[in-house]
Amino acid sequence: MSKQIKVALIGNPNTGKTSIFNSLTGLNQKIANYPGVTVEKKEGVCRLSRGTKAHIFDLPGTYSLNASSMDENLVVELLLNKNHKDFPDLAIIVSDVENLKRNLILFTQVKDLEIPTVLAINMSDRMKYKGIELNIEKLEKELDTKIILTTNRSKEWVGDIKNLIENYKELSSKIFLDTSIIEPEYFNNLKKIFPNQKLYKLWVVICQDVNFSNVSRQEIENTDFEIKSKSQLKRLQQKETIKRYQLINNILNEGQIIDSSKAQGFRAKIDKILTHKIFGYLIFLMVLMAIFQSIYEWASVPMDLIDSSFASLADWVKINFPSGAMTNLLADGIITGVGGIVIFIPQIAFLFMFISILEESGYMSRVVFLTDKTMQKFGLSGKSVVPLISGVACAIPAIMATRNIESWKERLITILVTPFMTCAARLPVYLIIIALVIPDEKIFGLNYQAIALMSLYIIGFVTALLSSLVLTKILKIKKRSIFVMEMPNYKFPRIKDVFYTVFEKSKSFVVEAGKIILAISVILWVLATNGIGDKFENPRNYITENVQEISQEEIQTLEASIKLESSFIGYIGKGIEPLFKPLGYDWKIGIGIITSFAAREVFVGTLAVIYNIDNYDDSVGKKEEIKKIMARETDSNGNKIFTLASGISLLLFYAFAMQCMSTLAIVKKETNSWKWPILQFIIMTALAYFISLISFQILS
Amino acid sequence: MPKLSDLKKGEKGKIVDVSSQEIPMKLLEMGCLPGNSVRLIQQAPFQGPIYLEVNGSYVAIRKETAKLIEIELSK
Repeated sequence: MSKQIKVALIGNPNTGKTSIFNSLTGLNQKIANYPGVTVEKKEGVCRLSRGTKAHIFDLPGTYSLNASSMDENLVVELLLNKNHKDFPDLAIIVSDVENLKRNLILFTQVKDLEIPTVLAINMSDRMKYKGIELNIEKLEKELDTKIILTTNRSKEWVGDIKNLIENYKELSSKIFLDTSIIEPEYFNNLKKIFPNQKLYKLWVVICQDVNFSNVSRQEIENTDFEIKSKSQLKRLQQKETIKRYQLINNILNEGQIIDSSKAQGFRAKIDKILTHKIFGYLIFLMVLMAIFQSIYEWASVPMDLIDSSFASLADWVKINFPSGAMTNLLADGIITGVGGIVIFIPQIAFLFMFISILEESGYMSRVVFLTDKTMQKFGLSGKSVVPLISGVACAIPAIMATRNIESWKERLITILVTPFMTCAARLPVYLIIIALVIPDEKIFGLNYQAIALMSLYIIGFVTALLSSLVLTKILKIKKRSIFVMEMPNYKFPRIKDVFYTVFEKSKSFVVEAGKIILAISVILWVLATNGIGDKFENPRNYITENVQEISQEEIQTLEASIKLESSFIGYIGKGIEPLFKPLGYDWKIGIGIITSFAAREVFVGTLAVIYNIDNYDDSVGKKEEIKKIMARETDSNGNKIFTLASGISLLLFYAFAMQCMSTLAIVKKETNSWKWPILQFIIMTALAYFISLISFQILS
Repeated sequence: MPKLSDLKKGEKGKIVDVSSQEIPMKLLEMGCLPGNSVRLIQQAPFQGPIYLEVNGSYVAIRKETAKLIEIELSK
């Protein structure tokens, strides 16, 4: 078996690390989660010569080995633990050519862990334009490493990096800074107590809470070794940073020339407009509006196409497959259910595309800067803007995006309120109900249906802000106002990187949601097509109308509905009906609501399964549009089920209720406790119930 | 002693003291260390965060943190 070389890609955020990762691995990558945490684990394979393969790990961006977040902790833990299965054979430190000084801090720290390192200086094509000159030979010698200049514009460097990876054994793994010079007495003592350990590793373990298999923090604290207070440790860390900067400055003074007159014209000009106290906000509003407008405009074309393709696929299956139970399950349950998910792909893809462009270009940081003060008034941070916007696509990545919020209170509140944002999964529910109960007419040139949809988005956002306000008041967590954010350079986003992000996110969304829908469709269908008792076996005997007076078709429909009501799902539905009756829903909607606690988008698929079984009509051989069937639905007194009152009540229920198991699972992981997801579930769902109850009682 | 929060837009200073416990390590690693020069690029409205250039890094911090950092004003 050929040897597999493990490579860790490490670097500051905004250095284009992911571009390098994509160039080395192409689509040969997979994103999973590190066990137990939701930190994304990006791994890819890079083929070298002679059949050797390199496994490239794209580690979360970090400024240093002094970890202050879950993502950063992971980097430190991996690099400290030689027995970790992903422990790298070599590390590639990716650094931005415009900020070598700061990037080298991380580089020297990794080097001090005695891991062979390569320094990739990225965006090197900007050197000339920025007036930067590098003496590579000199830098390689002083930093005791190999340097590769990388850029998005050409691919020549890829071969050079592959070469270095292949011959990683020739790379130097000597330390850069002798840790003991930070404070000789203290560190020499430490060395005496742990003569077999690497001094810098010990120091990293002492400074922070990381799991390090060889020596634990406790072990160090249990010796008679002098324990430093937090502030003393911090002073030492500060000393270490200053020492590193001194050494780096000395090296750069000789190896780098910067003509500062060329440096920052472009950035300053754009910043002047984008962070302007009036134009900045106007531009942000315009960007938001443009995004939403284009999502609906552009996405409608592929969405219609997907909709009609799935409808014809279901028809085709019904016509060409032998008619029977399995065919109905396939056509009505599975194809309709999966179609209900696939139809979101265009919108989700567009939304992820815009968010990724906003982040990559550096614009998002300016928005955070401008909105921080306002968001603080609601108990949030400027950094909550990113999760809240992402929440319009899906709460799961949005909640994961809260990680860089330093203050725990602000982060927790952001996590708790993000699910109020109107995520893509609510959209099909909204669209179908709006089409049913809101007239397709115009007032002042505005369509009522469009106004209704818009209002639902606004309701979601306003609720998120108001609940933050309430939560800040009631949560008894001491707030520390920490906020440090790099303002990155403006960059033109690389199309390929945006594409990979969109592809990966859309794929995982469809796969995850598809699995749930598939399972629920099958369960529902089995429950709906099986039952016990005479009513289920011989429904014809229970038709109350005079059989002589009505047509054959009507008899069939009546039979089907009696059969459904006496199926297992019918019994369950009837059982829970009293709970939903006050909100204006019948038992079928009740079943839809119950199943959507797994995921909201299941609602449409559920109704599709229930109503299609109810109305199955082999003689026509064509599936009737679910919307038309729903519009026809009446209760036992002949009153329509979907009225303005019940429709609005249902819309509001979906706006407020916490109906997404995956979100709850993420909240559990991110808050590391069951308390928050459970509270979130109970409060949101209770709120939904009461608001729907009130609105139905007023409107009906 | 003037504080970093006293800087006005476009003004420059030199960092003197960052010993307060409340200053996040991350800010120090970005180069916010004694002796380095600092310039205020932008101030967000309503006493919002300040946008600084320090030691070649560009960083935004809140006023509360800026009040903890002592500087020396430069011309």
